[in-house]
Amino acid sequence: MTSRYALRAIALGYLGLLVAGPVAMMLWATFSGGVASVWEAIARPAFLHALWLTLLIAAIVVPLNTLFGILCALVVVRHDVRGKRLLSALLDLPLGVSPVVVGLALVIVYGRRGAFGGWLAEHGVRVIFALPGMVLATLFVCIPFVAREVIPVLREIGTEQEQAARTLGASDWQIFRLITLPAIRAGVGFGVVLTAARALGEYGAVAIVSGRLTGRTETLTIHVEERFLAFDMTGAYAASLVLAALALTIFFAMHARRPAPRGGR
Amino acid sequence: MSATAVSVGAAPAAPVPRPRAGGRRSWAAPLAAGAVTAWLSAIVLIPLAAVVVRSTADGWASFWAAVTTPQTLAALSLSLGASLAVVAINAVVGTIIAWVLVRDDFPGQSVANALIDLPFALPTIVAGLTLLALYGVRGPLGVNVAYTRVAVGLALLFVTLPFVVRAVQPVLAELDREMEQAASALGASGATTFRLIVLPNLVPAILSGMGLGFARAIGEFGSVVLISGNIPFETEVAAVRIASQVENDNVTAAAAIAVVLLAISLALLLAMGMVERWSRQHDQ
Amino acid sequence: MQTNHRCLSAPLSRRKVLLALAAAGAGPALATLGSRPAAAQEVTLTLVAYSTPREAYEEIIPRFQATPDGANVAFETSFAASTEQSRAVESGLPADIVALSLEPDVTRLVAPGLVAKDWNADEYKGMVTNSLVVFAVRPGNPKGIATWDDLVQEGVEVITPNPLTSGGARWNILAAWGAQIAQNKSEDEATDYLRQLFAHVPVQDKSARESVATFAGGKGDVLLSYENEAITAQQKGEELEFVVPPQTILIENPVAVVTESAHPDAAAAFVAFLRTPEAQRIFGKHGYRSVVPGVLAEFDYPTPQALFTIADLGGWPDTTARFFDPDNGIVARVQQR
Repeated sequence: MTSRYALRAIALGYLGLLVAGPVAMMLWATFSGGVASVWEAIARPAFLHALWLTLLIAAIVVPLNTLFGILCALVVVRHDVRGKRLLSALLDLPLGVSPVVVGLALVIVYGRRGAFGGWLAEHGVRVIFALPGMVLATLFVCIPFVAREVIPVLREIGTEQEQAARTLGASDWQIFRLITLPAIRAGVGFGVVLTAARALGEYGAVAIVSGRLTGRTETLTIHVEERFLAFDMTGAYAASLVLAALALTIFFAMHARRPAPRGGR
Repeated sequence: MSATAVSVGAAPAAPVPRPRAGGRRSWAAPLAAGAVTAWLSAIVLIPLAAVVVRSTADGWASFWAAVTTPQTLAALSLSLGASLAVVAINAVVGTIIAWVLVRDDFPGQSVANALIDLPFALPTIVAGLTLLALYGVRGPLGVNVAYTRVAVGLALLFVTLPFVVRAVQPVLAELDREMEQAASALGASGATTFRLIVLPNLVPAILSGMGLGFARAIGEFGSVVLISGNIPFETEVAAVRIASQVENDNVTAAAAIAVVLLAISLALLLAMGMVERWSRQHDQ
Repeated sequence: MQTNHRCLSAPLSRRKVLLALAAAGAGPALATLGSRPAAAQEVTLTLVAYSTPREAYEEIIPRFQATPDGANVAFETSFAASTEQSRAVESGLPADIVALSLEPDVTRLVAPGLVAKDWNADEYKGMVTNSLVVFAVRPGNPKGIATWDDLVQEGVEVITPNPLTSGGARWNILAAWGAQIAQNKSEDEATDYLRQLFAHVPVQDKSARESVATFAGGKGDVLLSYENEAITAQQKGEELEFVVPPQTILIENPVAVVTESAHPDAAAAFVAFLRTPEAQRIFGKHGYRSVVPGVLAEFDYPTPQALFTIADLGGWPDTTARFFDPDNGIVARVQQR
């Protein structure tokens, strides 16, 4: 029995020092200057624009990546195509790529001095220091989440029902809509939650390609850093708090949607 | 993925032969595969290939020179060393936390369980800021670890916390307890039972969590950048080094360091794929 | 502070754009979003500046917007390390006005045609503010820092930013070197002093502002800083004092209109406004030394024994090559470990 309490103390102490303590401290620090100053900080147009831009990027990235994530999972699990293993390795690759490298890669391809970027610039298309670059960076870092959640579910449900439906003459689309999709819905939902969390909170990859124009290419995470460097801790904490609130919303959605326990993700 | 997949023995290791009737499959599959490949290439593969190409744009000699400058080597070895240390701590503490969350029962357990996901949900820059609030110069505890290697470790521990816990938890939950009960009935101590009966079942999950955690830690940027001070030879990690090379207009050197990080991650992901296949085969 | 009103005034139209975008999918359609169509009589100017005048511009911009020239002008701003900003503009960061730490960062933009050749032909030689390099120290100056020699004493840690990205770092280096010359040392001795000094520098942040954040976070005994930056940090409640060294350099910060600007008249009007007594007083309040003699006289500044300028060191083109060439400049040589 004592070892049980010892383990509990270790686990809770660790969580307290590493997660709960710092988060509680940030909450306290945010409001130590009064609610009014927090309100002032989040009523700033620069903040509001950053919030808008962050939501815009997420609104572009989440649907696109969800669609392609489901498609990827179907191809990897259901279709018998060559190079499938390579495809699934490629899908995992972004998990092992530093956000900074993502930003660097986009600068190399789309920067004004890059081959492709030079051509785009001549045609008046700006990718780096503009929204397209930030969207591309976020797409990259969010690629694996939906597919990684859906692939194991697809493996588990097997193909019996789908084949039965096919024997009865259902089309591919009907099979997908009536049989496959309901079965993978929970997995997709959890993948969407992870994608949204990462899209809203991405910093490193976006920071390198954004140019940090306040009121134009500044996302919430970059705004947090900008306020920090302006010695405006209330502003930095307030923006962090809004990000954390968004994260918490997502994170409760995560708990509601976390699929029944399965092997390690 | 690992041990628990046994519950659905139906999962076909080899695809069931399909009737290719009606010819519908014949175009849908290649089309989907083509679309997915094109998408992945455009978003992931081409940019990464560009980094690799760029890293040797001035020849191998300058690639080598860029990754072997003392400052870069220091940053790479700090990232490598800190990631290994953090992953080792995660393996132990993460397993303990998973154990406590699954086998223990106490008020507030669900809150503790929810806390585990927080590092996934919280943006990295916010993670750094929260750690700075408690452990920085103005922190209430009177400890100031800002701009030390301790701070780098803390940030990495924070962002990698969920990996091992979330990998081990479900395996532990589904583990058949009869063997454990038999062992303790035969007089084995709790520790012995854990070591001989439980742990072997957890190893694949722990390894997978460690692998993902390492891949995350080795390239971590956002949570480290505010709290580490980015001091060369001291607290500058590889990702910060890459960023500063980009800012110094030294894109080729940045690409060279990036390639080293990519190679480490790639080797790791391949190794993890092998471990996973191995453990799936052993389940069957 | 407030730099862009338009984002609030037109959310609906952009929501439509978003819908259209969702319909069209990714691809080139994204590109059009980066540049918003300008509303009828409203102008948006993008100010790309170095890291330290942030607070001054946050106050000056609303004042400009209150003038007839500035009515209907919205601003987007970016503050980061001077040389980094200069390179970013060179590689495509949109800008109407650049306000940088030192002349070469503007000169860099002349060759690609982003800044007019005669940008510094006005009565202020293109400059908008002056400052000095000073020593910021901990409250009470516990290490008793007063002279350049004190910086290279045993156990003193000096914080200064990275000269590859930061303009402030370059001013600091030139101040340190020039101060040796002003003490009648030889050039070799001055270079040797730099070598000693860098042995005391544990960290070189990207920008002057990040150096202040590092110093405020508890790292180092002395921060080599712009005088205005030390004053701004004090005004923001950071606990530091500063010492004006006996010999130091006069910092001159340039400003210029970018030729690609879609609103050159508005940009020029803003630059002209920056030289008015009203704007110069705001700069003064934030610790800058005015380029307008009348305003300069309104403030009471400490005077160093020996104040030299970049011209005394041979001017920017020579100095840049001699000190900051990345391969064989003096700085590259003294920093080799």
